[in-house]
Amino acid sequence: MNRCPRRCRSPLGQAARSLYQLVTGSLSPDSVEDEFELSTVCHRPEGLEQLQEQTKFTRKELQVLYRGFKNECPSGIVNEENFKQIYSQFFPQGDSSTYATFLFNAFDTNHDGSVSFEDFVFGLSVILRGTIDDRLNWAFNLYDLNKDGCITKEEMLDIMKSIYDMMGKHTYPALREEAPREHVESFFQKMDRNKDGVVTIEEFIESCQKDENIMRSMQLFDNVI
Amino acid sequence: MAAGVAAWLPFARAAAIGWMPVANCPMPLAPADKNKRQDELIVLNVSGRRFQTWRTTLERYPDTLLGSTEKEFFFNEDTKEYFFDRDPEVFRCVLNFYRTGKLHYPRYECISAYDDELAFYGILPEIIGDCCYEEYKDRKRENAERLMDDNDSENNQESMPSLSFRQTMWRAFENPHTSTLALVFYYVTGFFIAVSVITNVVETVPCGTVPGSKELPCGERYSVAFFCLDTACVMIFTVEYLLRLFAAPSRYRFIRSVMSIIDVVAIMPYYIGLVMTNNEDVSGAFVTLRVFRVFRIFKFSRHSQGLRILGYTLKSCASELGFLLFSLTMAIIIFATVMFYAEKGSSASKFTSIPASFWYTIVTMTTLGYGDMVPKTIAGKIFGSICSLSGVLVIALPVPVIVSNFSRIYHQNQRADKRRAQKKARLARIRVAKTGSSNAYLHSKRNGLLNEALELTGTPEEEHMGKTTSLIESQHHHLLHCLEKTTNHEFIDEQMFEQNCMESSMQNYPSTRSPSLSSHSGLTTTCCSRRSKKTTHLPNSNLPATRLRSMQELSTIHIQGSEQPSLTTSRSSLNLKADDGLRPNCKTSQITTAIISIPTPPALTPEGESRPPPASPGPNTNIPSIASNVVKVSAL
Repeated sequence: MNRCPRRCRSPLGQAARSLYQLVTGSLSPDSVEDEFELSTVCHRPEGLEQLQEQTKFTRKELQVLYRGFKNECPSGIVNEENFKQIYSQFFPQGDSSTYATFLFNAFDTNHDGSVSFEDFVFGLSVILRGTIDDRLNWAFNLYDLNKDGCITKEEMLDIMKSIYDMMGKHTYPALREEAPREHVESFFQKMDRNKDGVVTIEEFIESCQKDENIMRSMQLFDNVI
Repeated sequence: MAAGVAAWLPFARAAAIGWMPVANCPMPLAPADKNKRQDELIVLNVSGRRFQTWRTTLERYPDTLLGSTEKEFFFNEDTKEYFFDRDPEVFRCVLNFYRTGKLHYPRYECISAYDDELAFYGILPEIIGDCCYEEYKDRKRENAERLMDDNDSENNQESMPSLSFRQTMWRAFENPHTSTLALVFYYVTGFFIAVSVITNVVETVPCGTVPGSKELPCGERYSVAFFCLDTACVMIFTVEYLLRLFAAPSRYRFIRSVMSIIDVVAIMPYYIGLVMTNNEDVSGAFVTLRVFRVFRIFKFSRHSQGLRILGYTLKSCASELGFLLFSLTMAIIIFATVMFYAEKGSSASKFTSIPASFWYTIVTMTTLGYGDMVPKTIAGKIFGSICSLSGVLVIALPVPVIVSNFSRIYHQNQRADKRRAQKKARLARIRVAKTGSSNAYLHSKRNGLLNEALELTGTPEEEHMGKTTSLIESQHHHLLHCLEKTTNHEFIDEQMFEQNCMESSMQNYPSTRSPSLSSHSGLTTTCCSRRSKKTTHLPNSNLPATRLRSMQELSTIHIQGSEQPSLTTSRSSLNLKADDGLRPNCKTSQITTAIISIPTPPALTPEGESRPPPASPGPNTNIPSIASNVVKVSAL
């Protein structure tokens, strides 16, 4: 059959072959290889000491974090679907999948499509134990979707829409179509110093440091762990 | 919120940092973890088997025995462990529920023992996971049937004097074993049915000859005797039918039931025959009517359980039988056509038309082969043999397949129906869980605001009301609150949302907005302008806007609807805990919050006007559709 030229794969050849099989009663061989799929990938994090050195968490905190992580993801890594599903449990009213994707990309620093425990813990270390500048950097990195060093209005609009999506339909006052856009406008008004339509990291950090609300809220979650 | 995911709540809260630079308003304070102690292992000794788990694992479900302070009652000071004198096997499942968030039902366990254990630990069986829920429900239903059977047999033993005469008669008809009179009646009717059927049969047997005429069937020879027998049977049947009609709890339903139709069909020919006597023209039709007397045999189905089951089986297998019939019909038509054209040429052929060939095809395919029609041409014989071979295939093969298919599909259908029925229930459960968690937030908001309002007015005894939510829940609610602040919109539940939509579409917005709110830049400045006003008036301005709104909301509550429960809803909603996901009167009661001539200090009245239009015209203008049946209830 290997010598069969291309035209043998025409429907006529297939019909002849199936008729032959029908007449001789030969069954098609079971495709065994389909059943053996690669089972789950298992990933183990680096040792506890290394993580302790690289992050600012204490040993006990790392233990608690890992236990929670492993409970929900026994294979040791989170892929995007899992992540979205976990995150959606916290926002039952709206659709948090877009924002979860952005978060996922922010945590997945090496862009390999999965968040391992190290990525997870490094991200959390910056957010919870880093300096204010580190945190602002992290937030900037979250907003900068294509990681090119500046936030355009389109990127910000995407982020804003995803945040508003999490609110769902039943809000008071009722969500209008232009609400995210207006919010983006006010954001750019505040952040974009030189009015060139993009927000760079320096503008961002500078503007945030001037706003005491933002500075205060950045430290809101310090004792989460 | 699933317990397993509770471990990720710190992550979700940390990730909320992403909203901070975007938000324009200050964020609410995080709930303080008052007694933050290091996580410790606790030992649960269940009948000697020791289980160990983290304290926080158990505290994920604060409304169960193990998650609340109720377990302190079981604390053994000497051994510093919690001792439960219960089944350790079932406890394994219970503890796994805390760990994984999914409650499983072990198949080897007795259903009532399992239910007892769940009741002891304060866990509702409704949260059994989907993997085990079907099995659980099946076993539960079997158990309930068993209990019902037991109850029924108990009831049958005792006399129930409270039944009326009619009801006793109906019971006697339906269960002949209840009393001897019923049993006698049952056997008598059975006997007469048999007599009637045998009479019908024997009537047609040729019964010896009267000299001088041809052989007569017995019915005509002893016509008087048979007539008397027939009359007696029909009278018995009529009396029985009338008695059943009288005793039936729902006569209309009884008349429509199959058995009663059979009864009627069985006795009608006699009466019709009485009416049209000795009229030669219609006696032909009269004779035809006698055929219907054979339906009396179906009356036996009341007496035979097996017959009823057969009828039910045929009814349920109707689609498979229909398919068999359809394929047979197709084959018959094909072969009849072929045979007709094959035999067209031969002389004196019996295959005069295609319908005439149907008879040949049927007889051949069912391998009967009467031989009254045979093909004579060679082509006809070839096709005839193909016809008989394919007849074997068409008939013999599908029948066992259909029989086994039937039994498989029947069970599958039953399972599919069950699953469909449970799917609705499952979706409802998911929806309830979802709305439960979002409603929990809304209720806790109201509770929280209520608490603050009360703190302002200084009634200490109500303060403890808000502390019933667990730490995890309060953290989750804080997260949702931050999201509200970021987007400047609030979560409300569906009915209020629809109400707002309705109201906003019904009236025009009054153009009298306070100047502080002329927001060209949208809503983003709304709460900030409020904030700037508030800092001058109130000491803790961390929750300025919502607090003020709460004052205005709660000082008077409008309740609509004339139903009684609406009043209880207003009270009960303030006390609703997080797990009362479904508001009891979701459809009937509507609660709108409105400001009605509040004696507020003058500085706050601009805010009064700033209340959105759907509510503000409330006191002044009579919204026609809503103003009817408005009951004002002052808060607390």
